[in-house]
Amino acid sequence: MLAYTVRRLFMLIPVLVGMSIITFGIVHMIPGDPAQTIAGEKATPQRVEEIRKELGLDEPLYIQYGSYAKGLLQGDLGKSMTTKRPIGEEIGPFLAATAELVFAAMFIAVFFGVNLGILSSWRQNSWFDYSAMMIALIGVSIPVFWLGLMEQWLFAQTLDWLPSNGRLDPRIQMEPITYFYVIDTILYGDTEVLWDAVKHLILPAVALATVPMAIIARITRSSMLEVMRSDYIRTARAKGLSEFWVVYKHTLKNASIPVLTVIGLQLGTLLGGAVLTETIFSWPGVGRYLYTAIGERDYTVVQSGILIVATIFVIINLIVDLIYAWIDPRIQYGKK
Amino acid sequence: MKKRPIWTGMIALVFLLSIFLVACGGKEGGIKKDTGNSLIYGRGADSKKLDPIQVTDGESLQVTQMIYDTLVQYKDENTEVQPGLAEKWENSADGKVWTFHLRKNVKFHDGTPFNADAVVFNFERWMDKNHPQHKGGEFTYYPDMFGGYKGDSTHVINKVSKVDDHTVKFELNRPLGPFLANIAMPPFAIGSPEAIKKDPEKFNENPVGTGPYKFVEWKKNDTITLEKNPDYWVKGLPKTDKLIFKSIPDNTARFNALKSGDIDLMNGMNPTDAPQVEKDSKLQLFKQQGMNVAYLSFNMKKKPFDNPKVRQAISYAVNKEGIIKNFYAGLAEPAINPYPSFMMGYNKDVKEYEFNLDKAKQLLKEAGFEKGLKLKLHAPQDPRPYLPNGKKVAEFLKEDFKKIGIDAEIVTAEWKTYQDQVKSGQHELALYGWNGDNGDPDNFLYVLLDKNNAREKDASNISYYMSEEVHKLLVEAQSTVDQKKREELYKKAQEIIKKDAPWVPLVHATVPVAGKKELKGFFPHPTSGYKLYKVSR
Repeated sequence: MLAYTVRRLFMLIPVLVGMSIITFGIVHMIPGDPAQTIAGEKATPQRVEEIRKELGLDEPLYIQYGSYAKGLLQGDLGKSMTTKRPIGEEIGPFLAATAELVFAAMFIAVFFGVNLGILSSWRQNSWFDYSAMMIALIGVSIPVFWLGLMEQWLFAQTLDWLPSNGRLDPRIQMEPITYFYVIDTILYGDTEVLWDAVKHLILPAVALATVPMAIIARITRSSMLEVMRSDYIRTARAKGLSEFWVVYKHTLKNASIPVLTVIGLQLGTLLGGAVLTETIFSWPGVGRYLYTAIGERDYTVVQSGILIVATIFVIINLIVDLIYAWIDPRIQYGKK
Repeated sequence: MKKRPIWTGMIALVFLLSIFLVACGGKEGGIKKDTGNSLIYGRGADSKKLDPIQVTDGESLQVTQMIYDTLVQYKDENTEVQPGLAEKWENSADGKVWTFHLRKNVKFHDGTPFNADAVVFNFERWMDKNHPQHKGGEFTYYPDMFGGYKGDSTHVINKVSKVDDHTVKFELNRPLGPFLANIAMPPFAIGSPEAIKKDPEKFNENPVGTGPYKFVEWKKNDTITLEKNPDYWVKGLPKTDKLIFKSIPDNTARFNALKSGDIDLMNGMNPTDAPQVEKDSKLQLFKQQGMNVAYLSFNMKKKPFDNPKVRQAISYAVNKEGIIKNFYAGLAEPAINPYPSFMMGYNKDVKEYEFNLDKAKQLLKEAGFEKGLKLKLHAPQDPRPYLPNGKKVAEFLKEDFKKIGIDAEIVTAEWKTYQDQVKSGQHELALYGWNGDNGDPDNFLYVLLDKNNAREKDASNISYYMSEEVHKLLVEAQSTVDQKKREELYKKAQEIIKKDAPWVPLVHATVPVAGKKELKGFFPHPTSGYKLYKVSR
């Protein structure tokens, strides 16, 4: 297990190097001129030229990449071209905001997705199965922005149960500690503000959870069905084990590998791909941070930001792989 | 591993318990819940910086206007100039010397006094690239409005000097027609010299002015919170204790937030949502006179758009009323001249190219395009206040163009890319527009149609309209302070521009702003810079 883990960690290195080259390359292919953007719409061409020099944008690409990579090795993600602040410092709160939203969404998606899938497979071809899979199908196909706006219309505007956007009532000022507002409010021991933070989290988390929930439910169901047909399940039943124990212990464990894969992939995707949900619910997360940076041609933020998100994605996948090996000791990839 | 469900449950329990225990010992003081008298303003984008001279976007300037004051300011409802930090002012006979008498007993938020030294310091910092505090970013609006920086041959301001503690003198190299209107623009707001000297780079995030509100907190991409300045020099203002700017990027989501009561006031509304506001008993609609223009530009560098007959023909094929009805929900006026009729020197007598496809066809025939013409029509993807749906407008134009034998291919791009394309003249026809800064015709005609601004890259005259005649008129109007004479010059320029048709001016869009019914004292200002400190409930 340890050897496997170490080997997997080493394999990360070429992946990360490759990613840094790709993000650097892609970012420099975005049409548009960052110097112009920084100088503002009304600047003179001379000034734009000066800025290009200051930022080293007049150097050949490989030299620009060289100095970027050197910085990365020293843990320096660079400075934002527009705000001039270090990206490592600037991106933190945005990452935390996204992580909080994504974890909440994944909690909902996994809890409901897995259980819906299990119940559907257990009662295969029942009305419950049909309606659950119908809901899952709708969930996969529903556009997130539409769902978000409908949620706002129903729960914020018509019923007035939940706030329509943001992370906290804007009139509340909180000095963040971890930038996870739910945790921060608990640390401050303020239940009223905690409740406010949770209320703000519900609508965007549900909107974000729909697609992964539906995918997880479908995968769980099909995977469970396959395992349920196997001999050892018949044996377990024959032993007289309760149905609950058979389904949740014996079947689920062996059915969980594909489910875990999907959960891992979805988690990674959501961390970088929550931009639509963040926009609709004005959630100040990393997706919108990058989106704004692209609009402003802030090269350094875009390349380092994408690199961070991609790295998180790779690491989550690594963790998923390690969990496989842990759940099912038969899996030791590449072992000869 | 057999009992995993149980021990994972226990870990979760321990985790929750530990959090709860920490909570009981809770940290003090990090949370302030002041839900008293506040105003929450929802907007489409966050500020970029809070140093007014270093930004050019409306959202940044809206906030800085609440924190800082300018020497003179616009009236509540129009761009006429009234006293601000200067109580009164005079101009010499030759128009080259302006003297401002400053308000006494005004203090910056950091407690330092506002005086002539502060004014001189700010102007020196803006105009002199070698000034030790000329730092932190770009000072774009300064060279744009005053002809360059110190040392440039075109620079208008020769010297700013202190006469006494409360009097400042501006000596100009040449008279500047829109000088007072320029000085009133929010980028030229006076900041605390002490705060700027302390850290000119960080001044962007820690603004200190003399304005109605003090800066409290900026959560990027989320909220900016300001609190009442109790020592504001206008008694009784601001009306609310707190002013909160909340960015909600999606127009529909922002409107949802207003309807749910999460925000009090919003800008950047879809014009098509306006009728809903008028029907809603809890909301009110403010209609802001459009000091803007949306236009269809011909790139006169490219054939056949160098031919006036082709431009005129297309001018006859544009159905402005149709565009207004379909894409502005009626909230716009058809544009005849480059700037709207409520501004100085508007020429009512120019002859409009009415919507007439037969005339259009006739002119095309005369120009030698009897068999028709293929062209590329650029349209922006993103909504602008003056052009809420550029792509749809392009499709609408395309249909009418087809009827006169013009086959238009629509090219579209995301806003930044789009700007780069049209400002370097890559288009043949392009939909574009302008939001006026200061209510002076110079800010429309010189910026958008003078040959000096038809630069190779980063042009603001994207039609590359090179008329010498118009250039002479505009420069003359710029360099005189005789308003009567300026009006005459601008009227003449509009006549020539209409005849030459470098654009088809499309509309002056009325900008809808929506707020809660109980709000009082909101004036939708044509510059889109609102005096939110006068709003109460």
